[in-house]
Amino acid sequence: MITWIVRRLIQACFVVLAMTVIVFVGVHVIGNPVDILISPEADQAERARIIASMGLDQPLWRQYGYFLWDALHGDLGRSFVFNEPALRLIAQRMPATLELAVTAVLFSIIFGVPLGLYAGLRPDGFSARAIMAGSILGFSLPGFWVGLMLIMVFAVQLGWLPSTGRGQTEMLFGVPWSFLTWDGLRHMFMPALNLSLFNISLVLRLSRAGVRETLPMDFVKFARAKGLAPSRVIFVHVLKNIMIPIVTVLGLELGSTIAFAVVTESVFAWPGMGKLIIDSINVLDRPVIVAYLMMIVLLFIAINLAVDILYMVLDPRVRLERKA
Amino acid sequence: MRPTFRALPGLVLSFVIFLALGQAQGQSLSIASSAPVTSIDPHYHTLAPNESLSAHLFERLVTRDAEGRMIPALALSWRIRDDRTWEFKLREAKFHDGSPFTAEDVAYTLNRVPRVKNSPASYSIYTKAVTGTEIEDPHTILLHTAGPYPLLATDLANIFIIPHTLGPDPATEDFNSGKNAIGTGPYRFVSYTPGDRIEMERFDDYWGEKPHWKHVTYRIISNDAARTAALLAGDAGIIEFVPPADLPSLRKDSRVTLSEVVSNRSIFLWLDHSHTGPTPFVTGPNGETLDKNPLNDLRVRQALSMAINRQAIVDRVMEGAAVPTGQYLRPGGFGYVPDLKPTAYDPARARTLLAEAGYPKGLRITIHGPNDRYVNDAKIIQAVAQFWQRIGIQTTVDAMPWNTFVARAGKLEFSVFLLGWGVSSGEGLNPLRAQLATWNPARGLGTANRGRYSNPAVDALIDQAMETMDDGAREKLVQKAMKTAMDDVPVIELHLQKNIWATRKGLVYQPRVDEATLAMGVHEAK
Repeated sequence: MITWIVRRLIQACFVVLAMTVIVFVGVHVIGNPVDILISPEADQAERARIIASMGLDQPLWRQYGYFLWDALHGDLGRSFVFNEPALRLIAQRMPATLELAVTAVLFSIIFGVPLGLYAGLRPDGFSARAIMAGSILGFSLPGFWVGLMLIMVFAVQLGWLPSTGRGQTEMLFGVPWSFLTWDGLRHMFMPALNLSLFNISLVLRLSRAGVRETLPMDFVKFARAKGLAPSRVIFVHVLKNIMIPIVTVLGLELGSTIAFAVVTESVFAWPGMGKLIIDSINVLDRPVIVAYLMMIVLLFIAINLAVDILYMVLDPRVRLERKA
Repeated sequence: MRPTFRALPGLVLSFVIFLALGQAQGQSLSIASSAPVTSIDPHYHTLAPNESLSAHLFERLVTRDAEGRMIPALALSWRIRDDRTWEFKLREAKFHDGSPFTAEDVAYTLNRVPRVKNSPASYSIYTKAVTGTEIEDPHTILLHTAGPYPLLATDLANIFIIPHTLGPDPATEDFNSGKNAIGTGPYRFVSYTPGDRIEMERFDDYWGEKPHWKHVTYRIISNDAARTAALLAGDAGIIEFVPPADLPSLRKDSRVTLSEVVSNRSIFLWLDHSHTGPTPFVTGPNGETLDKNPLNDLRVRQALSMAINRQAIVDRVMEGAAVPTGQYLRPGGFGYVPDLKPTAYDPARARTLLAEAGYPKGLRITIHGPNDRYVNDAKIIQAVAQFWQRIGIQTTVDAMPWNTFVARAGKLEFSVFLLGWGVSSGEGLNPLRAQLATWNPARGLGTANRGRYSNPAVDALIDQAMETMDDGAREKLVQKAMKTAMDDVPVIELHLQKNIWATRKGLVYQPRVDEATLAMGVHEAK
């Protein structure tokens, strides 16, 4: 187990290193942040001065060397745009994205699993067919369009929910969270729903398929023959068995929900990391791009690790050492 | 009876709270701005959204009114003592921390501006003309320049004054946290959530007219559709940069009032003047390399300009959110040339000129442009390409993100490309010096001359104007320089954008030439 985790971590370091090289080269190829940030009225001498002050006049390998040296000392550099440490900028925005993504994943379980169970148990019923048809919409409608429609209906037409923004926040562990206030929850409902639509459909389909596959199996028949209550058969025996693929997928989806919440965040003006990274890419704010991607890579690795461990808990047949 | 009595104070209290809330709501305003503020430090980054926000908290010596004319702010008056000395008389004002505003704060600010650490776009370009400061009395300051410099007051209209009590080298981060966010402006800093919002309160000791709104929330909603939705849902009282696509429906919407004004930002096509041999993206009609750059021929430039129907672009592509132009300045700007009209649409004459220049079978041209920078930028070059097709020029369009575009434009890789230029100072020497003067790093001229246009006659007129302290004489020189240059078609001017705001019904906004969205300009309709 331990060796397996250590091996995973060493792999992670190499992935992070490779990623930083790609970002450095990529940003260098695209252009020069100073051209974008500088005042159009600044003269050539001023431009040269700023390029030098950001260290962009050095050859790329040397810039990368400085970066590695500082990174080893725990400093990922300061944002060219905001003049704040890149990590602090990301940490400032992270709670907003985290709570949005976690809520979205919760939504996908709360809505997806029961609907999928229902559709799997009564596959020929009218409602089951309606649910399945609805899930196709959840897959195929583009997120930004759905987001705008939600705003138009619930904020503009009906006026039930606020249109955009994060709302009131409450401090917990020194971090502002909006799920702790009623106003914050009202602001969070639409973006979280928007972000979870795809996952709801995914979970729904996975649960349905799982149920359909599990029901004819011998252990279910045996449980029924033993005279267990139908609810116990479904909610304990069937549900437990269909959870493995759902946990796997949701684990991976949590990562991508966090990393790619950008569409929802920009439609709902949600001040999370997604908006920060897109703005940073637009102005080639390299320290922020690098720090953000490093964090995302680590996040994915951590989630994969957690999913693997959860496997063991859910299914004792899985033995990690042998698998690795 | 007793329970009722017990409840009474509670009832009264809740009624009072209810009234207070109603009151507070009536006096608070939510502004939805379109682009993120990168810092609260007013000297950190020369960026329009930052300046728009800073104008609530801080003030300049000289500022510009909604029309772009210079008016006194913290300076009561200013005059030129001699060619190298300017005198500014200062008004009585108070900073948000209660300390009085004096000449020392001006000297301190001018000293601080070039020393801001890690500034990606320093305000020192507006203070570098000042070689020395001299405090005559607490409310009079003399500024010295190395030579005659007629634009000093114009430049200082960009510099926000901060109090000298902040001590040596105040850190940008301390402005963001609010600790150093102390100015003399009509609003006080309350809080800043990066990427989301800035909260402000009315400053009761403000020297000037007290603004109407007690509490202002300055929110950042970059997505165009979301901004419009926020207005319609009532979450924002005013939004800026109304997207042209929404204009037709908003004009009919009774819940919304629009205010618009022609801005000082013109959109134009740069032509490559730098290559004397073949230019990279212009070839013969069959794709063959030409021996010389056709864009160096005035007749070709005129033909390309005449072939474009500017009114059609303004009506169809821009949904009326622009006006055709033939120069950088809006009518009324200092140095605007009244008889320099937008080039008339004349495809027949364009064909003739092209034939006279030796290209009767036309040319092949690729137009480059950004697709995320100016209003409808990619659509504009598509429209231009179609007009050029009609005079026999096979035109392709290549639009790309600004970050890639600007790097390639800087390397002179393009032949014809779309750009915009906002004349922030509102006077003509700004585009002349930055855009049309010969590229000269040593003298800091032609800094944005991306086509490397060079015309000695224009250069001479610019030099002369830069030494002319008298406003009237200088304006004549500026007009002459602009006319000389534009008759030579260094760039193909297309249109001036309109700045458009939308407010909730019952509110009006005084539209501003400089794109700034100010709570001070939002009033309740009478």
